[in-house]
Order: sequence, then C-alpha cells, then structure tokens
Amino acid sequence: MSFNIIDFLESVLTLSIADYLRDVWAGDMPNWLIEVIIDVVGILIVSTFLLILTLYLVLILRKVLARVQDRIGPNRVGGRYGLLQTVADAIKLITKEDLIPSGADKLAFNLAPIITVIAALLMWAVIPFAPGLTGADINVGVFYVLAISSVSVVALLMAGWGSNNKYALLGAFRAVAQLVSYEVPMIMALIIPILLASSMSTQTIVESQSVWYIVVVPLSALIFIISAMAELGQTPFDLLEAESEIVAGYHIEYSGMKFALFFLAEFINAFFMSALFTTMYLGGWRGPGAAAYPLLGLIYFMIKTFLVYLFLIWVRGTLPRVRIDQLLYFNWKFLVPLVLTLILVVAVVAKLIPPDANEWLQAGILLVVNILLAVTALEFVRRYARSRRQAVEDDAESLGGAASALSGAAD
Amino acid sequence: MLLLPYREQRIEKLRRAIYRKKQPVTLFTGQRIIMTIQQIIFILISAFTLFMALVVVVDRNLFRAAIAMMASFLGVAGLYVLLEAGFLAVAQLLVYIGAISILVIFAIMMTRRLMQTHESPFNSQPIWGMIGAALTFVLLALVAIRTWPQSDFPGPAPVPASVLEGNVTQLGLMFVRPDQLVLPFELASVLLLAALIGSIVIAWPEKKS
Repeated sequence: MSFNIIDFLESVLTLSIADYLRDVWAGDMPNWLIEVIIDVVGILIVSTFLLILTLYLVLILRKVLARVQDRIGPNRVGGRYGLLQTVADAIKLITKEDLIPSGADKLAFNLAPIITVIAALLMWAVIPFAPGLTGADINVGVFYVLAISSVSVVALLMAGWGSNNKYALLGAFRAVAQLVSYEVPMIMALIIPILLASSMSTQTIVESQSVWYIVVVPLSALIFIISAMAELGQTPFDLLEAESEIVAGYHIEYSGMKFALFFLAEFINAFFMSALFTTMYLGGWRGPGAAAYPLLGLIYFMIKTFLVYLFLIWVRGTLPRVRIDQLLYFNWKFLVPLVLTLILVVAVVAKLIPPDANEWLQAGILLVVNILLAVTALEFVRRYARSRRQAVEDDAESLGGAASALSGAAD
Repeated sequence: MLLLPYREQRIEKLRRAIYRKKQPVTLFTGQRIIMTIQQIIFILISAFTLFMALVVVVDRNLFRAAIAMMASFLGVAGLYVLLEAGFLAVAQLLVYIGAISILVIFAIMMTRRLMQTHESPFNSQPIWGMIGAALTFVLLALVAIRTWPQSDFPGPAPVPASVLEGNVTQLGLMFVRPDQLVLPFELASVLLLAALIGSIVIAWPEKKS
C-alpha cells in the first residue's frame, strides 16, 4: 500500500493514523522500527499537546477566578481576552535568573522539578481519549495511575529537603502528610468503579458505563473529587503553599524555569484529575455516535474534561482554606470510614442484584443505596457536632462566673 | 477501511496485534552471539539497577543513598515489566517507591545526627563480608553453569495469552480460594493489622492521672 493523501486524511478522521502508517510502511521497514516510530510520535504529540495546553489552562484559571471574584482578569496582552498573557509570562519565566541557594543539595534540588513533570506526563499514558485511542491499554491502568502519582510525592520531598530552607522543608512535610493521607480515600473511591466494571483497564471501564457511574455511585464520585482536590493542593486544601503560614511551601527557593516546571506539573495534574474523573464517572468518550465515529468521542471527552476543570476552579474560587488539623481529621475520621462502608455496601448489593436485571434497575438500586448511606453519614456528623457544641456549652455553664470573667477580660 | 464502526476496527486492531506480537528482533547476527532487543533492554536495566544499588552502599550522604535506593527499585520494576508481570511492576512502584522509600526518607530527615555523618560507609567485618561474597559467587556460578550450554542467549519464552489476559483476575481469585492462598493472605492481613494497632498504641498520648 502506498501513501495517498485521501486515505491519510480519512485515517486522521477515524483516529487510526497508526494503523494506516503500519499498512503504508509494512515491508519497507522492519516491524520493530515502525512500532518505535509510531510510539515516539504518539508520545511527542500527547506531551506537546499538554505542555501547550497548560498555557491556556493557566489563562482559563485566571479568567474564571477573576470573574468569581468580580474582577476582569488579564486583558492587556493579546487582545481583549488577554490571549497571549500566559505566553508572555512563560517567556518571562524562561529569561529569569536560575538561582541555587547556598548549601542546597544540587542533585535533589535540580532533579525534583524534572521528576514532577515526568510523573505528571507519564500518567496520561492510560487515559482513553477516544474509542481505541489510548497510549497503552494495560490491564492495570488505574493502579498504574495511582503508582505514578505516589512517585511524585518523592519529588516534593526532594525539593523541600534539597532547598536548604526551613519553609521549604515544612512545606514538604505538610505536602507529604496531606498527599499520603488523601491518597487512601482516593484509591478506595476508585475501587468502586473498578468493582462495577470488574476491570482496571481504563478503556474497559469506559466501555462498561452504559449508565454513567456518577449516576450509579454518586457518593464515590464525590469522595474522589474531594480527595483529588486535596491531592492537587487546590484551594480548600492548599496548605502546601499557604502564603500566610509557610510563604510558598516546597518551591519557595525555586526561580525561573525550574519554578515553571513545578507550575506546569500542577496544571497538568489538575487537568489529569479532570480527565480521570471523566473516565471513571462521566463515561469518558461516551456520547451519541461516539462508538461509530471516534473523532466525536474525542470531542465529547474534551468537553467533559473541561467542564470538570471549570468545576474545580469554581470550588477553588468559592471555598476558604481549612486548617491542617481539620484537613487530617476530615480525612481519617470521616472520608476513610465512609468510603470503607461504601465499598462494603456496594460490593454486597452489586452481588445481590441478579446479573440479568435491567441495567437501569441495577443503577437505580445502587443509587438509592448511595443516597441512604450519604444521609446516614450526614446525620452522624450532625449528631457529633451537636454533642460537641453541647459539651462546650456545659463546660461554660459549669465554670460559671470564672469563664465569663475570663471571656470579658479577653474582650 | 472507510469509516468502519468502532467495534470492527477494534477487532481488526486486535488481529493485527496478535500477528505482530513478539517476533524476536535479532540484531548483531554474528557467529555466536545473537541478541534481541529485549536482551539489550534487560542488560541496560540490570546495569542501572546494580549501579544504583552500589551507590546506596557507597554514598556517604544518606539522603542521596535513599534516592539511589528508589532508582534501584525503579530498575527492578522495569525488569518486572520486561517479564510481562505488569501488576507486580506497578505494585513495586506503589509499595517500594511510593510508601517504603518515603518512610525511609522521613526517618533519615528526623534523625539529625544521621544526616551529618561523614564516617566511612564501610563496616569493620571484612571476613564475614568475604564469606558472604564467596557464597553468593558460588550460587551465581552454579546457576550460570547449569544454564550456559543451551543458551545462545535465547529470548524469554513467550507467555501464553491466557495468562496475560486475566492475570489480575486470577491473582484476586487465588487470594480468596480456600484451596490456594487464602490462609497466607489472611495471616499477612492479621500481621499488618497487629502492626497498625501496635503503632497506634505506641503513639497514644499518655493520660494525665
């Protein structure tokens, strides 16, 4: 088969360029060379797309946050909408001086931003962008994502320790405490879609969502998105870089391009979490006509992912920061027991429903179970809070005059 | 192939993948040594793993030694991938790099004296060390002699597709089958639970009397 522009364009439309190239090159080149070329080109396309997309993810964040806070946001560079603002910022970051603090461990200091970006890009290998369009459709896909994201914790520790700065080290310790803790509910929440699809391959999970899992197990989706926000260090949980407490956290000593790399990884990770949420709960590329025309699937996937990303920004602009003890209490005393119960209940109920039942019926039963569990959990929290308030009031009463005198003095 | 429906495309793709699968690629078709790409990758990964393991032992800076240990673990995960044991490789990443190494680094950072040590990394047990090295050498030599004559460096035997397809499912089933691994699995769980409770008891603040 020889090269022919019409066939090539058709293969672009059906997202089967790799197969087309295999046909064209078969015989001219050894098989392994063809595979290597196709893999390298695929990796380059995905990572370049993400690196360039980041410029606009930053712009979207700034614009939307500005609107939430009743401002206009960037509007000078590149027309009314500030379309070239982030490009200018990137060029500025490249030209800045690259400082290495005295006494820093140069190896750890220089390696940390690189590992962060590598980990952020590696995770995209298993995201199903469209039917048949996955970097690697491996049977441990979701597990792979969790493993790689746990590697990026090491990079934070290297950055914090290598900078030879106490704020950086404190930031790194906080980051590790937060990331390692919230990894637990995140992994457990992801077990539920895996359980329902009975596969860890992302492509299979998408294919088995004839009813989106956000409808079937909304509680799992909620727990996942909360712990994903904590993993990203986004605003209700941005203790890693709380400006008023530890200045900027683990990347305080970084300047120029190395800081830009951390920044880059942060945005790629935020977009990745949106993509993972889309894959696990919003049916990935599913939509009318997507199975027949993969390009439509790609469009659906991107629309859903951007909507989730906008949701993340919305939350970021709305909620205030929590304290570190509240953060860890919320994780260990509320999220983890809740998600453990949820796994147990979903596993039992999914087994009890006869397998030949209508899929909407199955989804309905699981939905009701989820809502019941959510209501119970909220009732528990309400009673706990009431008992705590009561205890405080009782204390105040029993202390009587002394307490009121003290509080008067404090005023 | 004019806009085939997705399902058919996937079948077509699978058919091609099976056709392409794992034809050993031979480079260097010299007199004796025939190397496949897998072997070259194997040698590179092994060299990396061993070098990093050496750094762990030799480097005086404990933090760097810990990072080198992580790199060595990464190399081992690479070897698992080469053996088509994807689940094991990912578990290696998650457990050894994501959890154990972080714990080790925390322990190093929390002990101030350990960070500032500049003593020689060699201990004073040359005789025991030599005996250990000799025994290891004998073991490796035995393995090499046993396998040498029949090996013109053949590639690893192809793994049957039935094993590759559902290996995670099989692993899961083995853990809960009473005639297979359920007892060791549950014993390990009880051990971990005991460790968990123990750590909580140790960290529990003492009540003021």
